[in-house]
Amino acid sequence: MLQYATWKYVLAAVIILLSVLYAAPNLYPQDPAVQVVANRGGVVDDNLVLRVRGALDKAGISTKSVAIEDGDLIVRATDVDQQTKAADLLRPELGADYNVALNLASTVPDWMGWFGARPMAMGLDLRGGVQFLLEVDQQAAIEKRANAFADEITTVLREGGIAYTGVSRTAEGIQVLLKDPADMNRFRAALSREAPELEQVVDEAQPNRLLARMSPTLISQIMDQAIDQNRSTLDNRINSLGVGEQVIQRQGASRIVVQLPGVQDTAEARKMIGATATLEYRAVVGNEADWAEAARTGVVPPGARLYYMRPQAPGAPRTPILLSRRVIASGDQLVTAAAQPSPDSGLPSVSIELNRAGGERMLAFTRENVGKRMGVVYIETIPEVRIVNGEEVRTSRVVEEVINAATIQGVFGRNFQTTGLDSMEEASTLARLLRAGSLAAPMVIIEERIIGPSLGAANIAAGTQAVFWSFMFVLAFFLVYYKTFGIVTNLALLLNLLMVVALMSLIGATMTLPGLAGIALTVGMSVDANVLINERIREELRNGNTPLASIANGYDKASGTITDANTTALLAGVAMAVFGSGPIRGFGITLILGIITSMYTAVSVSRGIATLIYGRRKKLTKIAI
Amino acid sequence: MELFPSNSKINFMAIRHGAIAVFVALCLAAIAALALRGFNYALDFTGGTVVEIAFEKPADVEGVRQRLLDAGYESPVVQTFGSGSDIVIRLQPKEDVTGIDNPAETTAGEQTGAAILRAAQTPDNPGRVIRSDFVGPQIGNELAMNGIYAAAFVLLGFLAYIAARFEYKFAVASVAATLGDILLVCGWFAFNQHEFDLTVLAGILSVMGFSINDKIVVFDRVRENFRLLSKIEPKEVLNRSVNQTLSRTVITSFVAFLTVLALYLYGGSSLQGMAESQMIGIVIGTLSSILVACPILLLLGVTKKDLMPKAKTDVEAELARRP
Repeated sequence: MLQYATWKYVLAAVIILLSVLYAAPNLYPQDPAVQVVANRGGVVDDNLVLRVRGALDKAGISTKSVAIEDGDLIVRATDVDQQTKAADLLRPELGADYNVALNLASTVPDWMGWFGARPMAMGLDLRGGVQFLLEVDQQAAIEKRANAFADEITTVLREGGIAYTGVSRTAEGIQVLLKDPADMNRFRAALSREAPELEQVVDEAQPNRLLARMSPTLISQIMDQAIDQNRSTLDNRINSLGVGEQVIQRQGASRIVVQLPGVQDTAEARKMIGATATLEYRAVVGNEADWAEAARTGVVPPGARLYYMRPQAPGAPRTPILLSRRVIASGDQLVTAAAQPSPDSGLPSVSIELNRAGGERMLAFTRENVGKRMGVVYIETIPEVRIVNGEEVRTSRVVEEVINAATIQGVFGRNFQTTGLDSMEEASTLARLLRAGSLAAPMVIIEERIIGPSLGAANIAAGTQAVFWSFMFVLAFFLVYYKTFGIVTNLALLLNLLMVVALMSLIGATMTLPGLAGIALTVGMSVDANVLINERIREELRNGNTPLASIANGYDKASGTITDANTTALLAGVAMAVFGSGPIRGFGITLILGIITSMYTAVSVSRGIATLIYGRRKKLTKIAI
Repeated sequence: MELFPSNSKINFMAIRHGAIAVFVALCLAAIAALALRGFNYALDFTGGTVVEIAFEKPADVEGVRQRLLDAGYESPVVQTFGSGSDIVIRLQPKEDVTGIDNPAETTAGEQTGAAILRAAQTPDNPGRVIRSDFVGPQIGNELAMNGIYAAAFVLLGFLAYIAARFEYKFAVASVAATLGDILLVCGWFAFNQHEFDLTVLAGILSVMGFSINDKIVVFDRVRENFRLLSKIEPKEVLNRSVNQTLSRTVITSFVAFLTVLALYLYGGSSLQGMAESQMIGIVIGTLSSILVACPILLLLGVTKKDLMPKAKTDVEAELARRP
């Protein structure tokens, strides 16, 4: 008969509690805020708080609070206008020691955060901001690598004393023509030793010709690295400018999405995308005492330049270092850099490969300088557009820092390793920076979307209103049409909504306008299960069953249908989540979650509610449905 | 309260030939509309630029157009919307340009929001970008292909699932009817030349889910009745099944329609296309569940035997083969 096990009630209660907990943070409106993060040289402390507060008061900008939160200074503004004004004021005021970024500060009580409950991030269509889709020209990266291989082949030929008539790049690969076919086997052996990545193709008819090809795995590896390289440069750039909550993601095989919430000025954003990086290997001059002395007095020995080391953690003090003015090798000569445990010791290391020109210079340098130290300078060039006397002036700013300084252990040329790194993590950071500094494949913008803040606000209003009304329409209809069971259904639907929001918050989904539409539609589609059950109960009643048996049968018989019907609908959601991008994916994910939760709420929870209402009334003669 | 008499005995099967004829005719009309007019693809698919700019003062459309032409933009379309000071500018994608070569530079003739704003505004009437979409020509094709893959995945998934849970005739009938529903929605968009963008595509994919859902519920009852009412001929079984599920079909669709209507009314312009595709899809999907899906099943010659457990016959065959 109509029964519902105690453990199911407990489960339902737990699920309801958790849903409330994880959905609740979305109710707390986020404050428009300005986040101040210390750069090298800057410190976030009470003095800074006083300084910022003073500056804001003087300019008459109203704020809710100015305080240190999680190590950063957060200025909570009363509205978006004041937020923008505060950021514009603070940027020049605080100078280069601090990054000033627009942000949204959470108002969720701390205790919710202890459970990992946090509000959903809002998509650009709701917040306003800029989105770029960049395509990385991977062909250029492959081209560059092919040239490096051609270089390498020439080296192998020269070092082996093999006479050749030509090394040329063709459509199929690198073509090598030897003078004497008898040298072929020796050449092939040497080449497989020096460049095992290359596939060697020989044709019986032309015994003096060898075609060296890059394998498909190698090509896809190069393409991956090209993306990674550009992404690192972007990451580094945007992080240091501190836009707050930016998204830099790889999309598909050759694209990078950059989302900058709150940014309106695309010129500002394009600067970051236009930033390029390179590297320079230079000899280290002097010792720690000399460096400190040079940094203190500003007197630099002839032939040297004063640099600073990149701090391991943001905000850590910068250590000075002196490097030679002479460049040994530069970023455009770097072929690859990969983090891996050292083959000799197993310690973290970065293995580096230079092209021939770089390798020759490196060899010449290391021959003379074993036991001395060599530093790597990471140089970033950031284009800037300033308005001077109403005219646009294009300049660029150069940021240089030393990312590594290591002792030269022996003589080496094209291939070498950097060891002495503290962890694999440090090794991969170094490798990432090195790759970012090698000649990156060019990027082009293939999509740019700007959503103004007013449109974002309008979208939020429209989206929430649509969800609200779709819900109201449905609740009203059920109440009228199914009476008491309408209440049961409505409670199940409300829980369904709560669960969808809680799950989306939990998995860190981003709320977008199509996502809101998905929630509304979820309501529309999830009623199906409830209607199936209610109609089945009515049918059972008409067939002359007792009310209690009708309710129980209704739930039992409808379950199979609900499973079949929802599984097929689920397929559509999966297709959207898998094949769709942007709005379609968000919509699909919401739909999937909604269908899954609706199966639970309609089949199980609503049965529990019905049992609560009718279960104990043994002599039930009539139910309102 | 009941919208439908509980014991409705409408003879849907009697009008099955007419229903299928009308459905097929509509599908042919939809194909004709798609072939002759095609979709009015939005920026998402064609590439190009749309910029909405709010000016401080009412803008002079012809002047804006002229300034854009002077700045090197080819055939810009300039319209006002909302109040007279808001304008929308549309530009066709450039055939020969694959993107912007140097992202850091904003060169003349570049099709992005900032550059267009600079060209369109005048010092005495500055503007502000409300929304700007620039889509490179290489994206559209990919999106269209992904849409087709998604639809194919959904259809194959439906076929496989229904064939496994029911029987292949049920799978073919439900998928054929669903495909027809989708075709009609697409035809509607081609016929009206309403803009077809990504959200409309999402709407159409969700209509597939909704439409198949409806048909499954009816077929589920057909299966149950075939097993229950062994002595009644298939036509009558189908008729009873449609009648028994009629109330549920209409109510579910009505409620779903209400929610989508709320989206259409309150969701703002960017959700309207999606809501429109769903409203049309729900109406067509409901009608085809009632009037078309079962007749197709009958045409395919469905019988009680199709739903008999297969396992038993396998065992019998196995036994027969043994010496």
